Amino acid sequence: MEDIIYNQLSYPILTWSVFLPLIGALVLLFMRNAHVVRWTALLFTIATFIVSLPLLNNFDKSTHKMQFVEIHEWIPTWDIKYFVGIDGISILFLFLTTLLSILCVLVSWKAIETKTKEFYMAILTMEAGMLGVFVSLDFFLFYIFWEAMLIPMFILIGVWGGQNRVYASIKFFLYTLVGSVLMLVGIIVLYFYGGRTLDILALSEIQYPVKMQFWLFLAFFAAFAVKVPMFPVHTWLPDAHTEAPTAGSVILAGVLIKMGAYGFLRFSIPMLPDATLIFVKPILILSIIAIVYGALVCFAQKDFKRLIAYSSVSHMGFVTLGLFALNTQGVEGGILQMLNHGIITGAMFLMIGIIYERTHTRVIADYGGFAKLVPLYAGFFIILTFASIGLPGTNGFIGEFLIIFGAFKARMIWGVLAATGIILGAGYMLWLYQRIFFQDARTDYEATGAHPVSDINVREVITILPLIVFIFWIGVHPDTFLSYMHSSVENLIKNLNMTTSYAEYENMLVKNIMELF
Amino acid sequence: MKYALIPLLPFIAFVLNIVFGRNYIKDRAHWIAVPAVFGSFVLAVSAFTDVLSGNVININLYSWITSGDFHVTVGFLIDQLSAIMLIVVTSISTLIFIYSIGYMHGDGGYYRFFAYLSLFVFSMLVLVMANNFLLMYFGWEAVGLCSYFLIGFWFHKKSAADAGKKAFIVNRFGDFGFGLGVILIFLTFGSLDYMQVFGQAGSLLGQTIDLFGYDVDLATLICLLLFCGAVGKSAQIPLHVWLPDAMEGPTPVSALIHAATMVTAGVFMVARCNPLFNMSEIAMNTVAIVGGVTAIFAATIALVQNDIKRVIAYSTVSQLGYMFLALGVGAYSAGIFHLYTHAYFKALLFLGSGSVIHALHHAKHDDEQNMQKMGGLRKHMPLTYRVFIIATLSITGIPFLAGFFSKDEILWRAFLGGELGRFLWLLGTIAALLTAFYSWRLIYLTFHGSYRGGEGQEQHIHESPKVITVPLMFLAFGAIFAGYVGIPPLFVEHGDKIGEFLAPVLGHPEGHGTHVQEFFVMGASIFVALAGWIVAYTMYLKKTDLPQKIGSLFKPIHTLLFNKYYIDELYSRSIVQPVLKASDKIILAFDTYVIEGIVNGLPNLIGLFSRKFRTVQTGFLANYGLVMAFGVLCIIGYMIFVR
Amino acid sequence: MLVPLSWYIILSAVIFSIGVFGFLARRNLIIMFISIELMLNSVNISLAAFSHYLQVMRGQILVFFVITVAAAEAAIGLAILIAYYKNNPTIKVDEINLLKG
Repeated sequence: MEDIIYNQLSYPILTWSVFLPLIGALVLLFMRNAHVVRWTALLFTIATFIVSLPLLNNFDKSTHKMQFVEIHEWIPTWDIKYFVGIDGISILFLFLTTLLSILCVLVSWKAIETKTKEFYMAILTMEAGMLGVFVSLDFFLFYIFWEAMLIPMFILIGVWGGQNRVYASIKFFLYTLVGSVLMLVGIIVLYFYGGRTLDILALSEIQYPVKMQFWLFLAFFAAFAVKVPMFPVHTWLPDAHTEAPTAGSVILAGVLIKMGAYGFLRFSIPMLPDATLIFVKPILILSIIAIVYGALVCFAQKDFKRLIAYSSVSHMGFVTLGLFALNTQGVEGGILQMLNHGIITGAMFLMIGIIYERTHTRVIADYGGFAKLVPLYAGFFIILTFASIGLPGTNGFIGEFLIIFGAFKARMIWGVLAATGIILGAGYMLWLYQRIFFQDARTDYEATGAHPVSDINVREVITILPLIVFIFWIGVHPDTFLSYMHSSVENLIKNLNMTTSYAEYENMLVKNIMELF
Repeated sequence: MKYALIPLLPFIAFVLNIVFGRNYIKDRAHWIAVPAVFGSFVLAVSAFTDVLSGNVININLYSWITSGDFHVTVGFLIDQLSAIMLIVVTSISTLIFIYSIGYMHGDGGYYRFFAYLSLFVFSMLVLVMANNFLLMYFGWEAVGLCSYFLIGFWFHKKSAADAGKKAFIVNRFGDFGFGLGVILIFLTFGSLDYMQVFGQAGSLLGQTIDLFGYDVDLATLICLLLFCGAVGKSAQIPLHVWLPDAMEGPTPVSALIHAATMVTAGVFMVARCNPLFNMSEIAMNTVAIVGGVTAIFAATIALVQNDIKRVIAYSTVSQLGYMFLALGVGAYSAGIFHLYTHAYFKALLFLGSGSVIHALHHAKHDDEQNMQKMGGLRKHMPLTYRVFIIATLSITGIPFLAGFFSKDEILWRAFLGGELGRFLWLLGTIAALLTAFYSWRLIYLTFHGSYRGGEGQEQHIHESPKVITVPLMFLAFGAIFAGYVGIPPLFVEHGDKIGEFLAPVLGHPEGHGTHVQEFFVMGASIFVALAGWIVAYTMYLKKTDLPQKIGSLFKPIHTLLFNKYYIDELYSRSIVQPVLKASDKIILAFDTYVIEGIVNGLPNLIGLFSRKFRTVQTGFLANYGLVMAFGVLCIIGYMIFVR
Repeated sequence: MLVPLSWYIILSAVIFSIGVFGFLARRNLIIMFISIELMLNSVNISLAAFSHYLQVMRGQILVFFVITVAAAEAAIGLAILIAYYKNNPTIKVDEINLLKG
């Protein structure tokens, strides 16, 4: 095939990256000492990160073709292959995943004291699953990873979570599973229509009838919208985030919810271009609602972690808005914003985990005056706060600006409405910051708890520092990251030929819905 | 290339102070910050002379964001306009940095203060030197950030933390428009570079754009969106509410950020975009009217305030209104001229009041900003008193001080601007009357009469140390002589040096009047300045019971002014409370009951169904057997009878 | 002398009916097991008879399967029964309804 570039490196780099964490999980199985387990887990995540680094170096930015491809026959009867490869859209997520996994191990160093071995096994399995999703180019393989990812997460929340963990984990699991099952139906339809193949690239070449696209889009949308999560199927997220252990929240916010948006980019938009154009308006409306709604809910939150979770809903609204603006700036902004959100919100959850270890409370009202108590921590947190608000010079600005630019370009009103989210964002984040760090302490921690509140230590600084570096790096020189996606995004946009007018697409939407009744 | 160091030096100072300040540098922070900002000043002067000899520096450092056809660089433009701004920003910063050594001495966050201040200077310089709109936006937001940090510097005070947050969020409203304006500029011109945008500005003429179904003039829309940003940053109506509250910050901050530099960014921006604003009469008139109305509106509030810094803050809002008035009538250079003189006398006023607060702080061991509790300080602080007088003479427009020239230029240009201009001139002149009144009121309440603060404190009041008074003297020098670069042609041929210098960027103002008219305008403003002085003199020095009487006579008006027209309350009731209420009562309820209700309702429904249905399972083997046998019979029956 | 096919079938049907009756009417678990065995074996009889009659070996092979399954079923059933009896000393079906919904 000419639209792929086989792996030129001397070793199968993608396979190594994906399966190294899995090997790590197996190795952990035979260990007993919790301390050895921690170091081994750290070693394996770092090794995975290092193994995957040559990808960034050797990536050919000038082409949209799949690179580092490996193909092996797997189940020939059904034409199922082991087919992996990456392009400009997925490469950055690989990087983010491997980076965040290291930090997750680090942040759990002291926090996880029960069932340590199992915890790190879950983290490593999780990492393998996530990496697998981003590299799979065969639907069967993709679906396996997609579902496999759920199990460790389910366990992470359900075993090491907060008080309400069982409810949250089951909710998380059911929500995502319901969506995924519909996607499975879609995949089976594609399999039979596309001449009994599960090759994602081959299936992307086919022109599907519009009517079929309509239903396929809905099936895929169910899976991806839940993952993103889009309004109104977002309510699993606050529960899952609030109850999950720190590392779980970081992975959830950093990578897992990016899967939905990644799915849109990899499947919905390129495979079903007509349906995309049919659905673009409702999706944009949902995105705008998510932005404003998510921000408004934040004002009412009394729980630190829950507030950040709801802010994720708002930020992911920006992402879907950018993706479905369907122009270069919007899509690139959307992808960059996914990366940004992974970095910022991931770091936020790390920070919350760090302070929670000391105060054992997530209620905002219990805080206050922390700027004096933990000045270094407050300094790091203010950086995150302003990155989240989208201050120029931080990564949040670049992403949000490109998204609003794209939305504005697509249609003015989208841009204007999205920009209101930025005002609200400043409102709730600064209010949060004030309530936690300013004024006088509301609880006397020295007197009440056995845990004196100390400033963050070296390990924690090491955990948080890489993310801070990236916040400024992307903010000051985003071209480093944007340049990876240019060709792939151009290609994505190019293939979206509008065959009729927007109005006609809207009519088609109405018509298809009316036929239901 | 060396001019890239102008913003970079303060940035390095910031990084050093913020990283090493807490553990290593501590109260030696000024040894890093002051040389850095002084270095910037030296470089700025060198850049200024470069520009004076006719060089315009425009360099791109590197490509910032590239996405599809969108492209923006990081680069600097030093032309006549930015050169003047560089001088203003760096010179005043240097003086205020030195002043802060004395003022902030012994504060727990000493290193932090200098770090933030350095960061501010960096951001402001980027804002001024940027050669494209997005980089300006970067500086624009970054100064807002520093303002947030510095207003909330004493964050343990709720009022300070609140004020910082308020400043940032109110500014966000303005930036919302500014940001959209920047996007619209790119979509219109295909570039954000000043040179390219302004080069094509002429093509805007007659272009319209579809805005929610209405055809709107493109130039007007762009300019009004940009002006939104200016309104926020320069505290014009209706977004002026943050500036008086911003006085919660330390006084050097009020002087540097909230009087001399940051708040003038809006003026600078509109002047910078003058080729665009020239394309839209509606936008120009809006700018002028907002400026004029703000000038008089803020001045009325200042009449009755008792907090010394708040009076000056409202005075700042009012003076910024003047600047916008000038811009709006097309007299860009007059606006920049006033910006430049205002920076000196307003910084002087603030630092002078800081000196007073500092002295009282030592006497009372508490911050005292209420003028009603001051009085008679003339004897104890002669130097501060003198510079205060100079600043007041300058701001009220007494002839041949800095403020006189710039204010007069603005009023004269307004006078020439047709019917609207005449009206604005009238507003401006009335505002000048009010300015004179409240400025002298401040002097008399603070320095004259007898001390009203309390027993046994007066002997502890001393003049501030040298490190505070020396910068004051420098600024006083500026407040007197800064105006001599813009002497009206009426007195000296080619006296308007600054106007001619700026002409390549800002153009020449139109309109010509007779000498008689010009003398009339000048006479009117001198007259009102003296009138305001005399009224204040009578009310606060001679007949000190008069203010009380007038206050009770016009009680409703007094209350209205004293409460700043209840604008804060209005915003609180109409925006802040509804948002909080909506999020708490409606949105959260929607989330928990409707969405969660549906989500949890479905499993509950299934559960309900299964609870009813499961009673079929009796657990008795016999029942199952019977049902089985019955099933078999049915099948046999079906086989025999139906098929 | 050949026994006609119908006799086998009648025998099979009679035994099956006895089994059904036993299963439904008796309350003793062991008797119920025996009834099930009766039913299974009655089917075996008819399978073998038809196999012989039609001269097809399949039926007889199936019989072996059935016998195996029946044996396994009896073994497991009795094991469960004994395990149950250890906890609740009764084998009266009326008193056993652990699986009540």
